[in-house]
Amino acid sequence: MSDLTLTQRFHAFANPARFMALSHRLVWPLGLITAALIGSGLYFALLDSPVDYQQGETVRIMYVHVPSAWLGLMGYMVMAGASLVALVFRHPLADVCAKSAAPIGAAFCFLALVTGSLWGRPMWGTWWVWDARLTSMLILLFLYLGYIALWATIEEPVRAARAAAVLALVGSINVPIVHYSVVWWNTLHQPASVFRVGGPEVAGSMLLPLALMALGFTFFFATLLIVRMRAEVLRRRVRALRLAGMEA
Amino acid sequence: MRAFTSLIRRDVALAVHVGGGGGMAVFFFLVTVSLLPLGIGPNLNLLGQIAPGLLWVALLLSSLLTLDRLFQADFEDGTLDALSMGSLPLELTVSAKIIAHWLTTGLPLVIAAPFLGLLLNLDGSQFLDLVGAMLVGTPALSLMGAIGAALTVSVRRGGLLASLLVMPFYIPVLIFGVAASGGAMAMPGAAHQALLLLGAVTLVSLVIGPLASAAALRAHLRT
Amino acid sequence: MEHYFAMGGYADFIWPAYAIVAIVMIGLVVFTRIDLVRQRALLDALEGSLANKDGSRKRAPARPSGSELQPSEREQ
Repeated sequence: MSDLTLTQRFHAFANPARFMALSHRLVWPLGLITAALIGSGLYFALLDSPVDYQQGETVRIMYVHVPSAWLGLMGYMVMAGASLVALVFRHPLADVCAKSAAPIGAAFCFLALVTGSLWGRPMWGTWWVWDARLTSMLILLFLYLGYIALWATIEEPVRAARAAAVLALVGSINVPIVHYSVVWWNTLHQPASVFRVGGPEVAGSMLLPLALMALGFTFFFATLLIVRMRAEVLRRRVRALRLAGMEA
Repeated sequence: MRAFTSLIRRDVALAVHVGGGGGMAVFFFLVTVSLLPLGIGPNLNLLGQIAPGLLWVALLLSSLLTLDRLFQADFEDGTLDALSMGSLPLELTVSAKIIAHWLTTGLPLVIAAPFLGLLLNLDGSQFLDLVGAMLVGTPALSLMGAIGAALTVSVRRGGLLASLLVMPFYIPVLIFGVAASGGAMAMPGAAHQALLLLGAVTLVSLVIGPLASAAALRAHLRT
Repeated sequence: MEHYFAMGGYADFIWPAYAIVAIVMIGLVVFTRIDLVRQRALLDALEGSLANKDGSRKRAPARPSGSELQPSEREQ
């Protein structure tokens, strides 16, 4: 394969059979790395990290809240990037990637909101606060759910794939606009707001568990994405065979 | 150019004669605004303070209702197919339909808004700001709404899904629209800044709306 | 030990946070796995003995146009 150009290699992996063969070899190694990272991250997060001066033990929630938020955001970028490749380059597996990434990203987005709420309750005294970050994350969840709903509603897969790709791209253009408007709105109504999720600085000894958990979540995302893509490829083959069987 | 304007005229005529579009949206606007005090209480002071926000939310919801009229009828009877193969590029066809949609739904809603503001004890000084902001903002509602309508055009009774898809994109319009209507609380000069930002959002949707709607329609037309 | 679990009084928030993260992530893995197994079983039922364990075919792979996904072509 070394004599192929990059484009040729890119298109070689467009072959679903080759993707299936390659991904089969990747799943377990990725899964083991995931387990190692999250395992060590949990050790440091729960047992071997300091307590925050202001927030006490609740800072430990940060070790799951911040990585969840990052993954929620990253999931949308993967979805949007894959959608762009699907629409512009017509790579056959790109829409599979986008469709598979969405539920994982949505789940992390949801987790970010819930853990943020659990963190906020002892900190701010309420379960929910309309600050810019939480509000933006809530809207991101709506974008995810709409995308998943569109896939679920349109029956014909090629049509669904194209429509979903358009939606993902429009969404990604709008995310900065929506986020900016929410930030603007927030400063408008709370000029003295000093709510800061996570505090202004993260102490060095807190960086290790945070980094381990963030990396662990990322590898979790990658592993699960590949498995979901494999399931989706199989699902389409099943559908193809069923349709062919009905025509015969 | 002639094809463009005649398409606008045709869609406006259809909306007016077949009926149901603008009139029903205004009716929904009226009913929703009437429901709000029934839910909140008749305290005029309170209502007056939150009137811009209430009016804008009701405006958004009323606008969402009319979205499935944009493309679905023409899609089902094959007109959209014919239009897509005609002399106008699909993006311009879509733009013409969006203009017609705004003329027959957005504009009537904006005209109705100040009267409904009376129901909510809207402050007299804010009427002009409200109408101005809505004139700038409602085109964005039609433009971004068209994307939702186009994405779900082949779905039976896809109106609810279209609304859900489009609502996040309406949020900047809502935020800047309310602030530009004098609904701002803290910062002086916020209303002016908000109006400019609202204009920017509308300009961006002027580009994204027709492009994305055409792309979404092509996904449904070609497969 | 109990002092540790009490988490300085914040136990009501910290442990549920970690618990729901664990539940959701494990739930994702479980549902994905069930889906994969079900699709593979359906495929095996439809294809008979033509499928390998890793989902690829025993025959030579199809052309790189992804034509396997076309309903009009039937694998023999």
